[in-house]
Amino acid sequence: MEHNGKTYWATVLSLLTKILIIWFLVSFGAGILFAPALNSISLGGYPLGFWFAQQGSIYTFIVLIFYYAKKMGDIDRLFDVHEE
Amino acid sequence: MDLQTITYLVVGASFALYIAIAIWARAGSTSEFYAAGGSVHPITNGMATAADWMSAASFISMAGLIANMGYGGGLFLMGWTGGYVLLAMLLAPYLRKFGKFTVPQFIGDRFYSKWAATVAVVCLLTASLTYIIGQMTGVGVAFSRFLGVSSDTGIYLGMGIVFMYAVFGGMKGITYTQVAQYIVLISAYIVPTIFISLQLTGNPLPQLGLGSDIIGVDTTLLSKLDMVVKDLGFDQYTTSLPGSTLNMFVYTLSLMIGTAGLPHVIMRFFTVPTVKDARSSAGWALVFIALLYTTAPAVGAMAKFNLHATVNSAVGLETGPMGHLNVNPEKIKANADLYAAEASLVYEKRPEWMKRWEKTGLLKFEDKNGDGRIQYYNDKTKNAEAKAKAEAAGWKGNELTVNPDIMVMANPEIALLPNWVIALVAAGGLAAALSTAAGLLMAISSAVSHDLIKGIFNPNISEKNELMAGKVSMAVAIVIAGYLGLNPPGFAAGTVALAFGIAASSLFPAIMMGIFSKKMNKEGAVAGMLAGLFVTLFYVFAHKGIFFIKGTDFVDLIGGPNSFFGITPEAFGAIGAVVNFIVAFAVDKVTKEPPEHIQHMVEAVRIPRGSKAVSGAH
Repeated sequence: MEHNGKTYWATVLSLLTKILIIWFLVSFGAGILFAPALNSISLGGYPLGFWFAQQGSIYTFIVLIFYYAKKMGDIDRLFDVHEE
Repeated sequence: MDLQTITYLVVGASFALYIAIAIWARAGSTSEFYAAGGSVHPITNGMATAADWMSAASFISMAGLIANMGYGGGLFLMGWTGGYVLLAMLLAPYLRKFGKFTVPQFIGDRFYSKWAATVAVVCLLTASLTYIIGQMTGVGVAFSRFLGVSSDTGIYLGMGIVFMYAVFGGMKGITYTQVAQYIVLISAYIVPTIFISLQLTGNPLPQLGLGSDIIGVDTTLLSKLDMVVKDLGFDQYTTSLPGSTLNMFVYTLSLMIGTAGLPHVIMRFFTVPTVKDARSSAGWALVFIALLYTTAPAVGAMAKFNLHATVNSAVGLETGPMGHLNVNPEKIKANADLYAAEASLVYEKRPEWMKRWEKTGLLKFEDKNGDGRIQYYNDKTKNAEAKAKAEAAGWKGNELTVNPDIMVMANPEIALLPNWVIALVAAGGLAAALSTAAGLLMAISSAVSHDLIKGIFNPNISEKNELMAGKVSMAVAIVIAGYLGLNPPGFAAGTVALAFGIAASSLFPAIMMGIFSKKMNKEGAVAGMLAGLFVTLFYVFAHKGIFFIKGTDFVDLIGGPNSFFGITPEAFGAIGAVVNFIVAFAVDKVTKEPPEHIQHMVEAVRIPRGSKAVSGAH
């Protein structure tokens, strides 16, 4: 059980890390640090960096949360710690 | 029917609806008062969270600041939505499993210390009070326009209404009232924007319209806007930075972790039935929030475009046959001279909406060159070309001052939309201001009565006295916030950003370490919170005055404004959070580790199973 608890937590942390990397890349990466470079690309009339800062990152955040909620449900059942 | 009558009708109808719901769902016991009995569906909860979240700052102020800041305004958009990812993953499910009503309770129990709980209450009160000051600024804008009075009078009236509203509600009343408010405020935000997007680009979806070509021309709206504002000496809209890239980075980060640390938002996640629901609730909340947040950039850019076009006919819009502001493709293509004498609007011929806003004192005209026309441009520009053109045209300085906080409320008026749309926006603005103020007052009242008085000073207090203490603390909070709201430390969204910085630097790290660091002890957590709060307040107060009281700022003492690597006080919360983490881990290293049962508790919080048993304890 103790061992199982540790693997569960490690699995959770690795999922969180992956999601946080994407979270960082779209907002701080594409929306801020690389925005000037991306602005030379046009997306439906938007400069791409501007689009990430004012539109794209928000859409990505929604997807990330629902992906997280689904994955966590899977992990909970795999380790048999889900709610009754 | 005239505009004022329609406005009274629409606002009156929306209020009747909220009050009816509040009475219908009137709270009974204390446990229901705070957390609505733990029985709210994730989608309902998501909508209520969204209403709670989208305050006067988001609804009234944010798009105006985006209009002013251009690309840099994205920091509000990313910051206030990206925080939900952190909230959903790092805090909400674990706090739900922990099964307490409030943030200080969690911190007090996890760090096995009344001291920790007390410090958490102090942090919470500081953040929430600052937040309400920002709300009151927004309330002032909404009420002043609604009743045609000065913005100060608007604040006084707003204080009274917010108080009555929160005292008679309680959370359960508020949850369902907020669903109604969400619907009112989101329609109020989106409907006028659809109209405007159609007028300018022919695309009904503002999210796409903002990227589209102007109707009848093959130039994008954004590139035309860039051209106009640049020619008038402002920064290019799609690239202008708030100070520096570093400041934008840190500012965004502050808002994100502040979102995840703000007590009145976290409290929402105590009210869902299961851990599973806590995870998806944040997602639903973000869906409903994103509807407004992805529309806001269009509101900002289009309002700015329309405003310039109203005062300068060379931009290429004109009043169409239906009385709305319409595109004249030939004129847009012509790129006429913005500095031509006859291009500037004659003051006497200004539209009605300008007269209405002049009454509030938030829009001002001063005829500096005495030609009777309105010249609206950046007279402090570093752009030599724009400067030379202005001088050649005989312009003697910018003549129109528009408080950015009015942009959203004035947006449908600027576009000359029908009266019912303008009335709807007034109702939405009032809903936004009231709902968040009420949610914050709940957080303050529970912190004082539940955490401070019952939890620490007088555990035997009767339920009746506890409720009374809660209501008294709400009243005190409103008076303080109203007083400071008369002389606010900034525009509504800027003041609210300060509140996020405070939450980011004090509460977020403590809660996160409480869950993710089993060995973090009470000494570390308390030292961390105090250090984070102290450095942040120090930097903020240096710029904005001690407790935001005008004239008590000491910015010279820290070497001038933004002396810390050019970081603005609104952005400083992230730095405070870093200080919090460092101090906490350093103190934790040299003090003894938390007792065995606390470490077991942290392990139990990390797994979802048993969540129902935990909540049964209350």
